[in-house]
Amino acid sequence: MKIPFLDKLFTTSELLSNATPDRKFVSDNDSSEISVENLNLYIKGNHILKNLNVQIPDKKITCIIGPSGCGKSTLLKTFNRLIDSVEGLNVDGKIMLHGKNILSENEDLTHHRRKVGLVSQRPCPLPMSIYDNVAYGCRIHGIKNRKNLDKIVEHYLKAAGLWEEVKDRLNTPAVRLSIGQQQRLCLARSLAVEPQIILADEATSALDPISSKTIEELFVNLKRDYSIVMVTHTLRQARRIADYVVFMYLGEIVEAGEASQVFENPQNELTKKYLEGAFS
Amino acid sequence: MQDSEIQKELTEKEEQSAVAKVFNYRLVKEKTAGGLMYILTIASLVLVVVMGIGLYLKSAPIFEEHSLGELIFSSNWRPLKGQFGFMPFIAGTVWVTVVAVLWVLPISLLTAIFLTEYAKSYVKKYVFPALDILAGLPSVIYGVWGTLLIIPWISNKFAPHFVDFSTGYTVLAGGIVLGVMILPLLVSLFIEIFSSLPTELRDASTSLGATKWQTSKKVVLKKSFPGIMASVVLAISRAMGETIAILMVCGNLPEVPRSILDACYPIPALIANNYGEMLSLPQYEAALMFAALILFVVVLVFNVISRVILYRVEKSYA
Repeated sequence: MKIPFLDKLFTTSELLSNATPDRKFVSDNDSSEISVENLNLYIKGNHILKNLNVQIPDKKITCIIGPSGCGKSTLLKTFNRLIDSVEGLNVDGKIMLHGKNILSENEDLTHHRRKVGLVSQRPCPLPMSIYDNVAYGCRIHGIKNRKNLDKIVEHYLKAAGLWEEVKDRLNTPAVRLSIGQQQRLCLARSLAVEPQIILADEATSALDPISSKTIEELFVNLKRDYSIVMVTHTLRQARRIADYVVFMYLGEIVEAGEASQVFENPQNELTKKYLEGAFS
Repeated sequence: MQDSEIQKELTEKEEQSAVAKVFNYRLVKEKTAGGLMYILTIASLVLVVVMGIGLYLKSAPIFEEHSLGELIFSSNWRPLKGQFGFMPFIAGTVWVTVVAVLWVLPISLLTAIFLTEYAKSYVKKYVFPALDILAGLPSVIYGVWGTLLIIPWISNKFAPHFVDFSTGYTVLAGGIVLGVMILPLLVSLFIEIFSSLPTELRDASTSLGATKWQTSKKVVLKKSFPGIMASVVLAISRAMGETIAILMVCGNLPEVPRSILDACYPIPALIANNYGEMLSLPQYEAALMFAALILFVVVLVFNVISRVILYRVEKSYA
């Protein structure tokens, strides 16, 4: 699949920075995008994430693997503060993103969430047309100009490899698309607000093999411009596309490192057993 | 040796037949219960049909002297002279219902959004039972409340800004009281609809940087639109049938109201006030039965419409 991504004539950020002049979309040269420091998370007194310390590298695909209920999704939701909607939440520690702690209370959440896109497990198109789905994020951040929106929608539908399939029916409801198409639409929607990080929570688990292959290829292409953090249950998928792997077990990070190193030569006994399929 | 074997065989057979008996008895019970419940269910359905037919037959005499159009569109209500124009009552019902829905719809939508999208669980813990209590209060209490509080307020405080004199017994009073009565119904219907939306939908909007308010407005309300419509239709059909509270505050004047500060006479109030009194006039009885028939048909149609929409909504979410 060819992604017309390098021929970026413009970026949404240029348009967005007009709306919010203080913003600048330049990822710095740090090798780590997100750095988690002593993160502890409790929900109604239950210790869900236990003293996590991990560096998520920039412009790479990081796969978080581990058995069900080990806190993978919770960690992912903490990255864009979607976890805030959970009741009885108590978090301490730091998650640094470009030198700013995203857990600090006074952080402007809507602003932060725009920088961290999310692709969920089941595609979830908003109840509106294909066009409006992609334009939604830009509209809520204040881009009203139809021409600009047209450009953004076309650009990101192309980036998600969906443009050719939908360009003649942009005004039909998004729910009429197939599941695989819907997931690519959701990806385009996330990209349209120009995030720096893309979170994917088992983004391919509800899809058929061909659609999930398409999404995987998209991710591999997208890591040129974005840091991608994905939770996956499929070890084979992690082996295929991960650059960096984090293995979690019962709320703790057991092992984290380069994919080649974790898969070929796991340091921890638990990781070894998990990779061998002794438990899942 | 043989004897004891025979004996043994016999006891075994007896046991088997005993088991069989119990088994049969259970089956009979099962079948009777099933059949009985089936009949009862059908009976309650038949009851609706029978009521409809009964109302039609009872109101039939009035069609002998008046056409349907005349009955519905005429405003002359002089039962003693044999003039039966239902327009004042139809208009009264519509006015009161519209006023009630108009002021309650935004309030109940915002309340439901607050409770599903914003409120913490301990707030819900106290608000939900309160709503149930409101919904369960006998309507006569609402009527008394309207008479004691709303009527004087309209008469002394509100109406003087617009008209020279008002008793307070007006369309507005009916609308306010009726609104308060359907408020809990609407809120709980809306809450049900909003909470049936998948969380992922909200997460998708939130993770793009939308505020809760933007999400509620552009995603939750939009996605729930058919459900909201169905609930409103259901609430309207409930409101149109409301009798006692309305009868106590509307003024019961058989004239088409021209503003919300005029008195009105909704159909249920007409029936409740007059049935049993002037039954010496066969035409009058038939006229009241016709009023009941109008209500019956309208409420039935509205209910069916809203059920159909709700059913489709549920299917599309599943």
